[in-house]
Amino acid sequence: MKALTHRFPPHGRNAGQQVSFRIRTRTLAVCLALTALLLLLAFLSLTAGRFNTGTADVFNALSGQATGKTRMIILEWRLPRMLLAMLLGAALGLGGAIFQSLTRNPLGSPDIIGFAAGSHTGALVVLLLFSGGYYATAFGALGGGIVTAILVYVLAGTTGQQGFRLIVVGIGTSAMLSAFNAWLIQKADLEMAMGAAFWAAGSLNGLGFEQLRPSAVLFCLLCLPLAALARPLRQMELGDDVALASGVTVRRTRGLLMLLGVALTALATATAGPISFIALCAPQIARRLVGASSVGLLAPGLAGAVLLVLADAAAQHAFGRQLPVGIMTISVGGLYLLWLLIREGRR
Amino acid sequence: MSDQLVPGRPAGRTRARSVPLALAILGLLLVALSITSLMLGARPISVSTVRDAFLHYDPGMTDHIVVRQYRLPRTILCLLCGAAFGTAGALIQASTRNPLADPGILGVNAGAAFAVILAVGVFSFASITAYVWFALAGAAMAGLLVYTIGASAGGATPVRLLLSGVAISAVLGGIGSSVTLLDPQAFDSLRHWQVGTVAGRNLAVAATVAPFIVAGLLLALIAAPALNAAALGDDTARALGLNLSRLRITAILSVTLLAGSATAATGPISFIGLMMPYAARWIVGSDQRRIIPLTMLCSVNLLLAADIAGRLLIYPDELDAGIVVAFLGAPVLIMLARSARTKTL
Repeated sequence: MKALTHRFPPHGRNAGQQVSFRIRTRTLAVCLALTALLLLLAFLSLTAGRFNTGTADVFNALSGQATGKTRMIILEWRLPRMLLAMLLGAALGLGGAIFQSLTRNPLGSPDIIGFAAGSHTGALVVLLLFSGGYYATAFGALGGGIVTAILVYVLAGTTGQQGFRLIVVGIGTSAMLSAFNAWLIQKADLEMAMGAAFWAAGSLNGLGFEQLRPSAVLFCLLCLPLAALARPLRQMELGDDVALASGVTVRRTRGLLMLLGVALTALATATAGPISFIALCAPQIARRLVGASSVGLLAPGLAGAVLLVLADAAAQHAFGRQLPVGIMTISVGGLYLLWLLIREGRR
Repeated sequence: MSDQLVPGRPAGRTRARSVPLALAILGLLLVALSITSLMLGARPISVSTVRDAFLHYDPGMTDHIVVRQYRLPRTILCLLCGAAFGTAGALIQASTRNPLADPGILGVNAGAAFAVILAVGVFSFASITAYVWFALAGAAMAGLLVYTIGASAGGATPVRLLLSGVAISAVLGGIGSSVTLLDPQAFDSLRHWQVGTVAGRNLAVAATVAPFIVAGLLLALIAAPALNAAALGDDTARALGLNLSRLRITAILSVTLLAGSATAATGPISFIGLMMPYAARWIVGSDQRRIIPLTMLCSVNLLLAADIAGRLLIYPDELDAGIVVAFLGAPVLIMLARSARTKTL
């Protein structure tokens, strides 16, 4: 019912206000619920691990009363990792939401349009050809991803069935880059190639406050302009003409938003390696929870954070050995995408 | 026009005259490329030495060993696997009425590759005689999935099939890499196989996959007339007395045999099956009875040419055939997406 009223806006001022108010309450409720879930998961992920720590230990550690090993494990190992999972998950969720809104296509996410393959290439080139360190690799991933995204957009053009072309051009570009990546990995010596493959799996292993601080600063810097652009983004979802009529400079806003979307995705990729499909799934899940076609940015961001914290916990503890979290998200997210496609076909 | 309603005899004879000429050119090209493939490489060998290697084989001569042990298996694999990947693509394109289909892009090769990774990484089978069966099973599962999505109500749009291929490849690739990351030895042997290459295989590899590929090619040729009727749409095809489910099963079986065994031999190679059916259609029009055999011929030529180009491009190092083909094929896919014809599909 709600979706219906949203799709066909009722006439009259009162009715319109009512609808937008109803949706806003539900969005608010969903956001609150997601925040609560996120906090709960965060707390649980601080208690869980090979070294047994109870609820009391976590409370003590957080309030600064714990000492020795417990303190070190909770505050220096688990806490930064959990915070990074939240942060990067949110970044991916936001990046996905921006792209999906702009392309008006649930599948127009950075995963599909070749961003991941591009950042993989960038990182591999730095790792294998220049034997760069962590920051150089992050920088390579950033550059590769951004160049690829721009290339795909330029090749796809802006006219006609943008969604279709964007996806096919993205698939083609990814295929080409993947072939190149496979060749780079094959040419490198085994140890370097293994290292590169680990990076390519996407993992939070071994990341700490040292990586958290710059990521958090960058994330906040990116969120500021995004907050200002949230309203124009929503208006652009209604179509370029509507947005133009309500005073949005469509071209410039679209360019800026894309830049932000790419930067947010690149932030996550540069920090932890490619973590696939969170950008695709988080906005979809948020949309289903909120029950409207336009969900804003907060809910997808929160959903992304929840997903990545959950996926990282599963990757660490569910299989008896630590797996890279990217492998979790690519498998589960890929299955989700398949399910979406099959369901769409049944309709 | 009435010609179109007879199954197995569609219109499209306008180009028929050029067919013998095209066949002759492609046949000559095939012979020339095969001989070149025996001659070229890090160690160039003259035609007369190549001839001697077959007629008066001398196990003491390095050149003879190179020709017989390295370049001959490589050339034979190009012939077999080129035809296999190309025909698999033509079959999927025709049977799903989908212009952007290819066993690589749609995830069938990924299914086979995943099964091979399991066989090598988890079950420690090192010989192709063992893991070719895994590859066939993996290709069959992925192929069935593709057809399930393709056959869902109203037929799948090209982009939905492509995306399902992306999803299948992503899931299988993710799980596959978790297997290889835990086992450096398997990682090492698989990373050389995963690029898609015909280099470094012996004749036994070709002999192992040959029966499967030949069977798959024969099935494809048998299915070709029915594919003409299927091109008219499910309802018309049924009205013409075509057994659609039998055709689908034949197609899946053939695609499985072709893509599965070829992937086991060379590793996953994409885009041959996308490009060459287009080339064949461009030469002979829309009759599948001609498209399928011509696709085989074109695909063989393409893989041979790609392999030879790979040996020359960064001489004396080598670029694997799979990479050369991907760098040729991906721009073709992008061009097709940009072209007006596919936009309406």
